[in-house]
Amino acid sequence: MSNFSVGFRKNGDVQVLDLKGELDAHTASELEAAIQRCQSENHCKIVVNGEGLMYISSAGLGVFMAYIEELREEGGDIKIAALQPKVYNVFDLLGFPMLFDIVETEEEALARFRKEKEEGAEG
Amino acid sequence: MAQSVYKITIPSSTRYLEDVRQFVERHARQADLPAEVVEQLKVAVDEACTNVIEHAYKGEGEHQIDVAVIVKPDRLTIRIRDEGESFEPERYEEPNIFEFARRHKKGGFGVHIMRRLMDRVEYRTRGKVNECSMTKYRNNNVKKDA
Repeated sequence: MSNFSVGFRKNGDVQVLDLKGELDAHTASELEAAIQRCQSENHCKIVVNGEGLMYISSAGLGVFMAYIEELREEGGDIKIAALQPKVYNVFDLLGFPMLFDIVETEEEALARFRKEKEEGAEG
Repeated sequence: MAQSVYKITIPSSTRYLEDVRQFVERHARQADLPAEVVEQLKVAVDEACTNVIEHAYKGEGEHQIDVAVIVKPDRLTIRIRDEGESFEPERYEEPNIFEFARRHKKGGFGVHIMRRLMDRVEYRTRGKVNECSMTKYRNNNVKKDA
């Protein structure tokens, strides 16, 4: 029985993924399947809401790592929001805040996508 | 020196990682370690066991992993034993996340995380048994080579 789930929500052209439970080498494939589903539906702007994520190991971090470049090449991104402090600490150990937008709230992540879209339209 | 030893054996499958984390959490809490350290120990044992499952046993689920939590007055040590392919720590390359992202790499961060979280991480092989020993001292000021 898996102690991890991914919920899907749309907010404009952004796909929000709600992570719940514990993300490790056993459950990482579920996150990978969720990101692949976003890609197959041409949703390359993804906000990961980590409020319900209680644990992460490097296997979970590795999924974000494996897809971030592809999504950015497609004009999208993965922005990570609302992480529990103990989960953020694991992201921080590997220096993920240098590679990913990690913000405190989902609204902040959505606002960053809106801002990037406006800047893109102006440019 | 007085010590308590708690042991668990799991099959070499990722489905048992949660059990190992709970086992370590229970005994680390009983040893009165701070909540932050308990979290660090959970991640470290998870990373070590994942490496055994994926690399030492190459994903074959029919093997066993022996995990022991050894509590001493000044430290907690997690000892992991397997009989798979041995790990050569001197060949481990520290991860560069930008390079890993460029190469779409999913793994290779486990040992780095273990070393960052624990005060001491050691590997040894005796006969066909590989052993990874990870220690956290109660006093943060104790040097890793003390």
